[in-house]
Amino acid sequence: MSATTVRPHGGRRLSAKWVTIILFLLPGLALYLVFVLFPVVQAARYSLYNWNGLNPLTDFVGIANYVNALNSDVFQNAVSHNVFIIVLSLALQIPFSLFLAVLLNRRFHGRAIFRLIFFLPYVLSEAITGIIFSLFLQPSSMLDTTMQNLGLGGFIQDWLGDTGFVMITLFVIISWKYFGFHMIILLAGLQGIPKEIEEAALIDGAGRWQAFRHVTLPLLGPTLRVSVFLSMIGALQLFDMVWVMTRGGPVGASSTMATLMFKNGFQDSDMGYGSALAVLLFLFALVLAIAYQRFVLRRDVEGAVTAFNG
Amino acid sequence: MGIFGIARYAVLVFVAAVILVPILFAALGGAKTNGQLLNDPVGLPSPWVFSNYTDVLFGANAAVFWGELLNSVIIATVAVFLTVSLAALAAFVFARMVFKGREAMYMLFTLGLLFPSAVAILPLYILVRQLGLESNYLGVALPQAAFGLPLTIIILRPFFKSIPVELEDAAKIDGCGTFGFFWRVLLPLARPALATVSILAIVSTWNAFMLPLIILNGADQWTLPLGVMNFSSEYTNDQARTLAFTVMAILPAVLFYIVAERQIVSGLTAGGVKG
Repeated sequence: MSATTVRPHGGRRLSAKWVTIILFLLPGLALYLVFVLFPVVQAARYSLYNWNGLNPLTDFVGIANYVNALNSDVFQNAVSHNVFIIVLSLALQIPFSLFLAVLLNRRFHGRAIFRLIFFLPYVLSEAITGIIFSLFLQPSSMLDTTMQNLGLGGFIQDWLGDTGFVMITLFVIISWKYFGFHMIILLAGLQGIPKEIEEAALIDGAGRWQAFRHVTLPLLGPTLRVSVFLSMIGALQLFDMVWVMTRGGPVGASSTMATLMFKNGFQDSDMGYGSALAVLLFLFALVLAIAYQRFVLRRDVEGAVTAFNG
Repeated sequence: MGIFGIARYAVLVFVAAVILVPILFAALGGAKTNGQLLNDPVGLPSPWVFSNYTDVLFGANAAVFWGELLNSVIIATVAVFLTVSLAALAAFVFARMVFKGREAMYMLFTLGLLFPSAVAILPLYILVRQLGLESNYLGVALPQAAFGLPLTIIILRPFFKSIPVELEDAAKIDGCGTFGFFWRVLLPLARPALATVSILAIVSTWNAFMLPLIILNGADQWTLPLGVMNFSSEYTNDQARTLAFTVMAILPAVLFYIVAERQIVSGLTAGGVKG
């Protein structure tokens, strides 16, 4: 920028350029430092203390909170639930979203309506979605009665009350809410691939499936990897829906890292231990992000970072 | 229509039904009595009972409903205004000024994407309490705005960058200062990008749950998600009423979605697949 050289700026006077930079940047930076970075640093600090959140911060315990967390069955159990959601999302939810994206990637009557409907759950509050499903799924409500009427009564479960089944139920609801999001991302990716490429493969004698598998899918790679990444990060943070529907129960059968952190920090006033869980959650997300970007994303880094909190 | 076409419709209609059934269950359930809901949760209400809905909108539960809607609107307005305006100022500097430490500073902001708000929630609670903002709209809106900054800056920066330097020079010649150029030239040109980031920010603040849950102690300050959760436990024995309340609570989001679908979708895909 040539504006800086208009006036010689000597001594203590700030140049006009720096005044502008500071005035423009300062408000956002201040808000960000105070409400994002500072709390994150504080979480790391609190995690080294035994602290109830009210008394002075004096009882330094080093890494004891971390040791306790990593050795506790309760924490391992919660992590296993996060992992369960991640694995099922990758194995079922994303392929399903891709399947629907492929179905919608073609002009036909009603396409816009289907897209509108499939994406709708994404804009609903996760907490309110949880309430609707709690009522929908309770014994002999809508789902059970419908299954009874269809002759499927034998398959009815205590959807949210059965310790062996509750995670599956939650996974289905999470998929209900988020598959449309992945579908939209994948659909945008598909639309970025020129039709001619797949058509050329078809002309060369490839079958539909072959053309999809060997031509379209590799080209969709970057989008797919972003989708997978967002799905994993989302599953790690899972909280709202679980909290509203089960509070992590019955007997911890649907706990997640975030519900555990919330319970320990706010309900049991064990801020130190809760903070340690928060830091562990962050480390999981960080390791995942770094590993994924290092080994998988590479060229798509910008896209992935952009939609991290999406 | 070939066999593929028919199969496609069959699958799509089935999936659409799976999406819509729980929502319709709620909407129709709100128009039933509890007796009807118990005896026939599946069928249409017979007769239709609108008292639950009218109670939520005008009657016994109206004060709660409209109060919570207003709280949601106030918090979302403040948070979105702050996020978008402060992010636009910062993105302008990152996009159009050259200075030492720019990229480092930009990295500092992008770092924020690595922190799920859950990580900061316990210290945020302590901090908000120390600032005396607990049970205050600002106690929710300020952190919410702060957590929205990184994504907003990252989306706005390339848009601001793409506006030609010639325009800036022309504006300067016409006597525009830097702020004049930002305010009168750049922002109007970046209106589509501003709409996109605003909509993303609206969706995320409107649906926020964990932060309001810990900060807002008084029932008179609850936002809709908190309100629905509380309503459902307060009226455990009156589920028809709960359903009516729930449906009214999601209605603003649904209407907003129907109006702004295109914007929401293009915003998300701009954020999600730009690779």
